[in-house]
Amino acid sequence: MTGADPFLPAAHAPDVYALGGAVLVGLGVWGLLALRHLLRRVVAFNVIGSGIFLFFGAIAARGGGEPDPVPQALIITGIVVALSASALAVTLVAALAQRRGGAVLPGEGRQPPEAETDAK
Amino acid sequence: MTGAAALMLDLLLVVLVAFAGWAALAGRGVFRAVVFFIAYGLLVALGWVRLGAVNVALAEAAIGAGLTGVLLLATVGRLERAGAARDVPLMRGAAAWVPALAGLAVTGALVWAWFALPLPESPGPQLAEALPRSGVENPVTAVLLNFRSWDTLLEAIVLLAALLGVWMLGRDGDWTAPLGLRQHVREGGVMAGFGRVLPPLGLLVGVWLLWAGADAPGGAFQGGTVLAAVIVVALMAGVAAPPGVDALPLRVALVLGPGVFLGAGLVLAALGAGFLTLPEAQAKAVIVAVETALTLSIAVTLAGLVLGPPTAPNGAAARTPDGARP
Repeated sequence: MTGADPFLPAAHAPDVYALGGAVLVGLGVWGLLALRHLLRRVVAFNVIGSGIFLFFGAIAARGGGEPDPVPQALIITGIVVALSASALAVTLVAALAQRRGGAVLPGEGRQPPEAETDAK
Repeated sequence: MTGAAALMLDLLLVVLVAFAGWAALAGRGVFRAVVFFIAYGLLVALGWVRLGAVNVALAEAAIGAGLTGVLLLATVGRLERAGAARDVPLMRGAAAWVPALAGLAVTGALVWAWFALPLPESPGPQLAEALPRSGVENPVTAVLLNFRSWDTLLEAIVLLAALLGVWMLGRDGDWTAPLGLRQHVREGGVMAGFGRVLPPLGLLVGVWLLWAGADAPGGAFQGGTVLAAVIVVALMAGVAAPPGVDALPLRVALVLGPGVFLGAGLVLAALGAGFLTLPEAQAKAVIVAVETALTLSIAVTLAGLVLGPPTAPNGAAARTPDGARP
């Protein structure tokens, strides 16, 4: 493969990264359901997102040659929208924490008490 | 690189990505989880390079790892002040199986879909025919700002809507306060040094990414993100004071990108070309004008999203770590 365009994906790359993306989506779904700290759920949401993007990007690179630019443009749009959604989500988490002194949804248990400032 | 070595590299990278993702979700401590998430984003960006999507790699490294990382770290800081940064133990018992099974099922379905999906049609001929008329040589920029510019216009408006949402979560009494938390910077310290060295470099890189994005990997979003980082670093280092939400320059910068974009579309429609349909002769000029305005707005909006809602200094000053109150 010497002399080839270094940015042209190898023939196996779509398969490898699609399967990796599938694993990440599953990992993120597990995290979104199993983790109770809300900031961790925001992280899980981002892991699901990047897994889906990888899967989608692997589809764009399928069949060899230059990857299709339309999925790439959609993925860039998706990455930016994921950041906006995350920013809104973490602001909501911080507002909840300020009012209730915990970053756990009501009815999903409590945070272990901190030594210094635990409200109520 | 031989085929076998390339395959080993890709497999190793995927295993590392999965491990970093796992550590970001299940590792001990919320702070450590965020740090692993940043490493995860950078590894995913390497994966994008291996997939031949350098534009996406730049966006993932700058936005997915960089800005999201700063956002999450800042949130850990806010939660610590509110006494809510302590980790919550994982569920135990029978209920813990449900999320695990759900995750396995989704992964299984995606793997099945990958092998069952038909091979997509290659975009080759249509794209090769349309690209020379788009005004730019980077096919991803051509899609973002010409062929599918509707998506990009609406995305710019989504960004603005998200920022308004973040601002609305500030407390009523804080509305006129400067954006974000006050930072305490030690004079002559690392942060103060960064504040002097990084912004000029970042400015150069951001403008270069915008300009190069016409023909090489880069573009408004990647360039705008680097400029957003410049703004955040300058404010964190105390080089500049954050504005309030009612500052006129801030408001102009926020709506400039979507405004120029929408205006260009309307002018083109009035000239008979159709809303956001770029005629070949003017395509380059329109794209450069829209991208420049958009980069400025993206930079300011992303920085605003990372800084958070306006916060009164007395509520959260760095001098009073116990300033949190219900």
